[in-house]
Amino acid sequence: MLNLFKFWGGVKPPSHKTESNNKPISVAPMPSHLVVPLHQSIGGTPKPVVKAGDKVLKGQLIGEADGWISAAVHAPTSGTVREVAMHVRPHPSGLDSLCVVIDPDGRDAWIEHAPFDLASAAPADVFAHLQRSGVVGLGGAGFPAHGKLTPAPNVAMDELIINGAECEPYITCDDLLMRERAAEIVRGTALFRDLLQPKKVLIGIEDNKPEAVAAMQAAVTALGENFTVVAVPTRYPAGGAKQLIRVLTGKEVPGSMRSTAEMGVQVFNVATAYTAWRAVAHGEPVISRIVTLTGNVAEPHNVEVLIGTPMDELLKLARPHPDTDGILMGGPMMGFLVPNRQVPVVKTTNCLIAHSERLFPPKAPEMPCIRCGSCAQVCPHELQPFEMYWYARAKNFGKTQEYNIFDCIECGCCSYVCPSRIPLVQYFRFAKSEIWAREREKKAADEAKARFEFKQFREEREKAEKAEKLARAAAAQAAKKAAEAAAAAAEPAAGEAPAADARTAPAAASAADSEKAAKMATIQAAMERAKAQREAAQPRNTGELTPEQQRDLAEIEARRQAAGISEPPAATQEPKAE
Amino acid sequence: MDILTAIAIMALGAVVLGAALGYAAIKFKVEGDPLVEKIEAILPQTQCGQCGYPGCKPYAEAIAKGECDINLCPPGGMEGVQRLADLLGREVKPLEAEEKPKQVAIIDENTCIGCTLCIQACPVDAIVGAAKQMHTIIAQQCTGCELCLPPCPVECIHMAAVGETLDNWKWKYPVVGIKAVPLKDAA
Amino acid sequence: MIFAPSPFLLKDASVSQVMTQVCVALIPGIIAYAWLVGPAILVQLVIATFAALLAEAFMLKLRGKPLALFLSDGSAIVTAWLIALTFPPLAPWWMVFTGTVFAIVFAKHIYGGLGQNPFNPAMVAFAVCIVSFPAMMSQWPAVGLELRLLDQIDIIFGLAPRVDALSSATPLDAMKTALRMGDSNFDIAQLLANQDIYGNFAGRGWEWVATGYLIGGLWLWHRRIISWQVPVAFIGSLTLLSGALWLYNPAAFANPVFHLFSGGTLLGAFFIATDPVSGCTTPRGKLIFGAGAGLLAYVIRVFGGYPDGVAFAVLLMNLSAPVIDLLTQPAIFGMKDKK
Repeated sequence: MLNLFKFWGGVKPPSHKTESNNKPISVAPMPSHLVVPLHQSIGGTPKPVVKAGDKVLKGQLIGEADGWISAAVHAPTSGTVREVAMHVRPHPSGLDSLCVVIDPDGRDAWIEHAPFDLASAAPADVFAHLQRSGVVGLGGAGFPAHGKLTPAPNVAMDELIINGAECEPYITCDDLLMRERAAEIVRGTALFRDLLQPKKVLIGIEDNKPEAVAAMQAAVTALGENFTVVAVPTRYPAGGAKQLIRVLTGKEVPGSMRSTAEMGVQVFNVATAYTAWRAVAHGEPVISRIVTLTGNVAEPHNVEVLIGTPMDELLKLARPHPDTDGILMGGPMMGFLVPNRQVPVVKTTNCLIAHSERLFPPKAPEMPCIRCGSCAQVCPHELQPFEMYWYARAKNFGKTQEYNIFDCIECGCCSYVCPSRIPLVQYFRFAKSEIWAREREKKAADEAKARFEFKQFREEREKAEKAEKLARAAAAQAAKKAAEAAAAAAEPAAGEAPAADARTAPAAASAADSEKAAKMATIQAAMERAKAQREAAQPRNTGELTPEQQRDLAEIEARRQAAGISEPPAATQEPKAE
Repeated sequence: MDILTAIAIMALGAVVLGAALGYAAIKFKVEGDPLVEKIEAILPQTQCGQCGYPGCKPYAEAIAKGECDINLCPPGGMEGVQRLADLLGREVKPLEAEEKPKQVAIIDENTCIGCTLCIQACPVDAIVGAAKQMHTIIAQQCTGCELCLPPCPVECIHMAAVGETLDNWKWKYPVVGIKAVPLKDAA
Repeated sequence: MIFAPSPFLLKDASVSQVMTQVCVALIPGIIAYAWLVGPAILVQLVIATFAALLAEAFMLKLRGKPLALFLSDGSAIVTAWLIALTFPPLAPWWMVFTGTVFAIVFAKHIYGGLGQNPFNPAMVAFAVCIVSFPAMMSQWPAVGLELRLLDQIDIIFGLAPRVDALSSATPLDAMKTALRMGDSNFDIAQLLANQDIYGNFAGRGWEWVATGYLIGGLWLWHRRIISWQVPVAFIGSLTLLSGALWLYNPAAFANPVFHLFSGGTLLGAFFIATDPVSGCTTPRGKLIFGAGAGLLAYVIRVFGGYPDGVAFAVLLMNLSAPVIDLLTQPAIFGMKDKK
């Protein structure tokens, strides 16, 4: 049997999994409309390839991957694109992002799709296919899967780990997926295995899911694979990638390391393996996922739901109690309250918890830290949270970095145990985003400085060049004059040459003056013209537009906003002000 | 005799320590004026001249010489004043002008006559265009210094606040509490 | 809609729970104390608690902090109880009162209140009083002396004269004084045979009080309110040093068991040196802190001028705790072989 390791710290919160894991996965009915955010994975925001009014089919590409670390987005059902516009997305910021809104036509008609020919495909083709199919990490972060399927150049790939730990309380979507669709997960795992060529494949599942362990074991045996299914001790956050690596292999991947592949190990969520297999074997892009509906509801269960389904419509399936006052996306340890209830389900939405004060009582007032060290006892990355808190609170961000704040995975164990009820993780998130902002500002300032200095240098150089040119012209003119004088008067007076020189300089200056005056006049004229144009042309600009033009204008507006230009152009505003 | 010994010992100590100090002064000599660099690193490099000096570096030099106050830089904000005060051990003073959120300049492209005056005014070369051609601002490189506003003969440049986007969104300080987003109507 | 940051699940823990458990853990020791040494300790506990809450309320009001929230955290009560338990049981009421008020006002709130004090407030009170009132802080009742509770209360409140017979020294002090006499005929073994002062393995009566603290301390460790490092290092270093000297010269140095169960050793090891606010926080730091406190406590009590050394030992280690913490930061996840 495999020798398991332990990771430091961790907590054992009440698991609340039995509420929702005893019913099979059901399929959610078609929602009234679908709001599909284009940015659903880490990396570049996909570019919309449909526009309002377009008819789309189920599985049709609506957002094209932008760059290598980016994944495509597809229409979850057939219907009409209502708009491509900014909508609130499920993110703690409550900010808008570009979404494609689709009105389903009810036919749910698939676009033509075919299995991907694995046998004759090079790895690069498989990566491209996965990217085109929008396969991203469904465990939480949403990292495009193809980006993790290349082994590090000079490190041998030792282990491929499939993460079925699902350590957060309440969530059971991976548990149910493993119970019901184990064979496809195992096939997806085999696909990853073929691409990464690891020495062994480990499937880690927390030991509070014996049914899932049994189902996966049975599927591995039935398919004749040599994967090892391991029941790992239940302890939050055993499902954290680095914690699971530690438990299964004993390796500790430092926080500063960008990819675990540099340590010869790679981790994928079970649902990622499942969707990858669907994309390859059936040509189906990621347009739905399993979501756990639980918390303050009458019928907690798991549903297979289309990406883009509004959360309030979805949660109604589980019949929330009337005192529900919010929706939590993700687990209660790392999830967040969605900014409003109409936000859509995205690829990383694994769980919706109906929030109520009965389930999650409001926090007691924050007390001062008594340095009891409970947080350091449970921190799975062996940090000193109370020290980081001290400095984050004082906004002494340099010190927080000395205490390795960027190794914090925000698992929430420290806040969970803190007897003083300090929102430690929140302080760390705050400090991290401030440090990032500062780095951005610093970079911008450095760039501005470099550009400013270059401009100064260029101006100096231009001035010097101009002076040189003038001097040369003057000298040439003087020489010419001298030559003329020499030609005119057979006997040139030696004393006249310097005087000629002195005359030419003012001449050059007056030439420059007249040039300037001419320029000013041109500008003056242009100003008059512009003014006239503004007065004459502007009112006409927005009047008498055909509906078609108006729609085009609206679209341009949308694109502008998408590009980050929040203000509409001044042209349409200023005439009203005048 | 005792007195002489004591004096000798003290003198010897003075010579040794003096030599050590002299050696250290040569060995660890600092080139240039690091203080100006440190001050400049805190300044936002908008090069806007709102402090009354032609650029951030002259202002930094003036601060280093003690010629002016540390509260003259509006783009740096109160935070900049605070950091300068920490660096220099001076007292924190309220900002001279009012603090503004970060802005970028936007050229109304319909009105622009292509006079190139703003291009010459921009301290960081963030405006592209040519004579009698439409100009535009490279938003990423604009420092929001407003130096392009006065030269424009047709007043086609205005400033717009940089809105919060997912790229620059920050978690709030926990004590303040997290702000609620008003419910929008369903799309 | 409501807005709150994750995590939404919180363990049922609070500062007042921690402090309550510390108080509960003190109860076995207090029972032994009241039973074997005299019920006067109960009166002193009440005086100290009252003084602490009064001073705490006053300072909170002054600092504009919510009274109910901070008064109920129990930290002032822990300080008060430790003061009452380290002061002589028949000390006059004003001394306990002054000491407690000084601890709360100067050692705690002047530095910023709960969680901010660099020194253990109870030990600051002890140090201040033993320096200011050395005679009265060294008057301990003879254990054999039977006195009614009312008489004891009269003595505490100054209503009855402080009879000299009441004021003997602690077992530790008696031993030191005897050895100081310079009579080379004296031998530790002979001293310990004196059952008026000494009991089965340490001071008469006091040995059971110390045992009570040990039980309470082990329970605290079992509840994970304290970690093992500080008590183990404290007891270990004190045992090692006293054991070595005892083996070297058993006639002049008492055995380790005597030292462990005398004076404030066990109270200090489990309740005072483990104070998280003023102590070290890293695992290695806690070991150094505990070991340092144990060594200093032994050195001060055997070679120094005070009857016991725990208070000064802890204060001295409090002073060095930040540096120890800074130098003993543990390697973080993934960086263990890189440092």
